[in-house]
Amino acid sequence: MSTERPSAAAPRGSAPKGSGPALSVRGLGKRFGNRVAFENVSFEVGYGEVFGFLGPNGAGKTTTVRTLGTLIAPTSGSATVAGVPLTPENGVAIRQRLAIMPEAPGLYLRLSVTENLECFADLYETPSPRERIDHALRAVHLADRALDVCGTLSKGLRQRVALARALLSDPEVLFLDEPTSGLDPAATRDVHELITELSRGGVTIFLTTHRLEEAERLCDRVAILNTTLRTIGSPDELRDRLFAKTLTVRTLAPLSDPGRVYAGLPAVDRWHEDGPAGYVLAVADPAVAAPAVTRALVAAGADVLSIGESHRSLEDVYLELIDEDQEASRR
Amino acid sequence: MSISTRRVRAIFRKELREYRRNGSIVAAMAILPLIFVITPMIQIFALPPASSAALRHGDPLLYMLGIPALVPTVIAAYSVVGERQQGTLEPVLTTPVRRAEFLAGKALAALVPSTAISYVVYALVVACVALFAQPAVASALVRGTEVLAQVLFTPLVAGLSVWIGIGISARSSDLRVAQQLSVVASLPSIAVTSLIAYNVIHPALRLAFGLGAVLLVLDGLGWRVTSAAFDRERLVTGTR
Repeated sequence: MSTERPSAAAPRGSAPKGSGPALSVRGLGKRFGNRVAFENVSFEVGYGEVFGFLGPNGAGKTTTVRTLGTLIAPTSGSATVAGVPLTPENGVAIRQRLAIMPEAPGLYLRLSVTENLECFADLYETPSPRERIDHALRAVHLADRALDVCGTLSKGLRQRVALARALLSDPEVLFLDEPTSGLDPAATRDVHELITELSRGGVTIFLTTHRLEEAERLCDRVAILNTTLRTIGSPDELRDRLFAKTLTVRTLAPLSDPGRVYAGLPAVDRWHEDGPAGYVLAVADPAVAAPAVTRALVAAGADVLSIGESHRSLEDVYLELIDEDQEASRR
Repeated sequence: MSISTRRVRAIFRKELREYRRNGSIVAAMAILPLIFVITPMIQIFALPPASSAALRHGDPLLYMLGIPALVPTVIAAYSVVGERQQGTLEPVLTTPVRRAEFLAGKALAALVPSTAISYVVYALVVACVALFAQPAVASALVRGTEVLAQVLFTPLVAGLSVWIGIGISARSSDLRVAQQLSVVASLPSIAVTSLIAYNVIHPALRLAFGLGAVLLVLDGLGWRVTSAAFDRERLVTGTR
């Protein structure tokens, strides 16, 4: 993002952050009659952390966000948001400390960008609203569209206005629901940089997204929700937890007896063929196994084209877990 | 619980800006009073001086209290369900705005223009009667007590319609249903004012005080009932 852009996270007042988690959720659940929206959800998110919240449609992500945003009362469990216990009487105190950008921008289409932001600056009782509006508009590259009527803006520009609106109150916790939905690649990159910049300023970002590469790139940790919390951790931790580490070997010609080459190596747990001259080896430690495998292949007279650690994406992790759930529900 | 006037003002100002740019709302607010005024005005202009004695026994212009009963329903019915349908309600409810602040802003934004329109239309009618009706008819129609009643009762009647409209809007999931129900709910107010205007209920000082007190109580009740009907969770999720 341009270096001319102001810091999106304004300097904070006297309220110290970091004395506890920004979000602490214990056994939280919400039912609508007999239907479980989500249940027994527990996690903690630190100040300045970018936390990805992933899950299929209907998994309860939006309901969780609405619950933490005091729009919906939980039916079980407890939580603190920005250090404030989640109770009905603390609704205003919590909402003063957070901002939620829903997936649909929800702008007043007959009003101008500035008029929309003025309304919200007043609802947040923002000090120096004029400056704050200018600041938020510059942060999302919309300063030159301030007087445009929102109804005339494209979907992507409306999304950016909604993001500017979420920045107005200088929130401690920022919930972003699909913030790059409908944005072109350049605008998406700008939003990613803005998120990184905000988190460096100490703002906790709670990112709900279906774009798994986005979550992998931005998030310190991710949680995968499918009514219950399926897993939580950094993308690397989740990969390690779910998938064995593997080496992928390519040779010029198929090995005459691959079993003899790999079975004798203590660093290799198991192996299988992957194409005519390809092999996937499950290993405990790729750094130890790779040299041993290379030596064994050379000793067997193989012409090695490549040997490298296989990369599993967050998408692989996600699909593995969701597929497991679908399998379980079919049984 | 403290009320932030800044937040109330924010909702109020936003609403007025939206009305100004929404031609259909402005048209509806302008056309409704015309329906009330045009035909009776033509009849009044045609009245001979001899009819002034009969006119003095009633308060025909009080039928114009139907304007503050009807006009606010146009905007009050839209106030919550309209925002919900266009997806702007949830972002507002995620701010620190309290239920009371939100409703006060909405109510004022419906009450102030409705009351202003009612006063302006009434003033125009009085001016036209004074200028174009027979002098005897004009003096029979425009009397100090009636003007005072109109001035005092207009905001009370409008207030009741506002709370009924917002209450219905907060419980409805469809804008058209909310508007139709609000108009139906304002009919009792119009019926009472019409019965007084046509001397079926004879206006007297005691009756005026009584009706004023009833309207005040109903306005207060309307505020409470509407507050109770305003449920964030139901409005956001459509459940409960």
